[in-house]
Amino acid sequence: MKIDSIQNGVVLDHIQAGKSMEIYTSLHLDRLDCSVAIIKNVRSGRMGKKDIIKIDSPMEVDLDVLGYIDSNITVNIIRNGERVEKKHLELPRRLTNIVRCKNPRCITVSEPQLDAIFLLSNAEKHTYRCAYCETALNDKK
Amino acid sequence: MARNLLDIIDLSVEEIDQLIAVAEDIIENPVKYQDACAHKQLATLFFEPSTRTRLSFESAMLGLGGSVLGFSEANSSSTAKGETVGDTIHTVSCYADIIAMRHPKEGAPFAAAQFCDVPIINAGDGGHNHPTQTLTDLLTIHREKGRLDGFTVGFCGDLKFGRTVHSLVNALSRYENINFVLISPEELKLPRYVKEEALKSKGIPYTQTTDLESVIPQLDILYMTRVQKERFFNEEDYLRLKDSYILTPEKLVNAKPDLSVLHPLPRVNEIAVAVDKDPRAAYWRQVKNGKFIRMALILKLLGIEV
Repeated sequence: MKIDSIQNGVVLDHIQAGKSMEIYTSLHLDRLDCSVAIIKNVRSGRMGKKDIIKIDSPMEVDLDVLGYIDSNITVNIIRNGERVEKKHLELPRRLTNIVRCKNPRCITVSEPQLDAIFLLSNAEKHTYRCAYCETALNDKK
Repeated sequence: MARNLLDIIDLSVEEIDQLIAVAEDIIENPVKYQDACAHKQLATLFFEPSTRTRLSFESAMLGLGGSVLGFSEANSSSTAKGETVGDTIHTVSCYADIIAMRHPKEGAPFAAAQFCDVPIINAGDGGHNHPTQTLTDLLTIHREKGRLDGFTVGFCGDLKFGRTVHSLVNALSRYENINFVLISPEELKLPRYVKEEALKSKGIPYTQTTDLESVIPQLDILYMTRVQKERFFNEEDYLRLKDSYILTPEKLVNAKPDLSVLHPLPRVNEIAVAVDKDPRAAYWRQVKNGKFIRMALILKLLGIEV
């Protein structure tokens, strides 16, 4: 299967197979006017299978969202058909308005206009805790 | 950004030691501090009712020569009209120099601190944190024992849901040579994450038991808590377990003569009234200490040195 390379835009590579739609939704790629290719189950030497997303327009990618969903993703910035930058992600220390607290007693549930803030409390276990009530998000892995 | 006290871990061990030293100086020399906060105002914003904590804060500020304003239930504030915590705090911060707030929602003081440029003290946010109770407990232990290290402390009752226990275990785990004895029903044991983070990861010894009487002879401090009926699915289990943790003069017979019995209060029936007369009952002194440590805290957060 062949997908044309892009001239100016972003390629998200090394996405865990099956995660591409979650990323498509979380980055709001459905709101873009440009071409967006979601390529699933591509053969990968390192990963076995992987997903790739190609966005045919320059855009600022929210690296915190990506890092939270899958910190193994690589972000390639393409200009004039050439890769000019390759970004590796880290687990973000702070998540703002990416996920909401599920604790019904948390102030952010009764006052949803508050920013939902989570702080990384254990990088090894990918544990984030609500900055307000300290309730842990479910382990991502 | 103002300095706040939202969680006991906001304070270093050195800061806690300083607060205790100031509180003890206040106890010895109250006159020296009686005008320290003259013309300063403390707002006590209690979005849910409280007797001890609110009056303790108000008494503390009055004892420093300051004044107090505020409300004692959400119905008498604009919260009843749907105002957010942020807007209420923003408004009050225009009138007061420091705010003590209690709120039923967990994390409300953290939310409030985002909208406020005067110091905020968490006076309890639901079942989450109650750092001034922990400071009160630490001052009481220090006054009873003369130190915060080198003793055996027993926690008895509801160790699973009792946040005062979690905070005090965390706070004491930063001091040296403390043995922890955890006395609770199987169903109400200290949560694994508290044991992991506060004790196991630091190599601190602890024992767990369901039997208070077998361990009471080794204790220097006994921290009693209420077993909460609403946590039990089986009424029979509750009645059986509740009764096993009623501290009576008979159960104290084998305890050390210098044991200190603490309780965050309110009590229901877990300490028999007859124990109140025993000099080892420190919980009424603990209530009094709550005022003095809050005085020290107010001074610290307002940056006032006497």
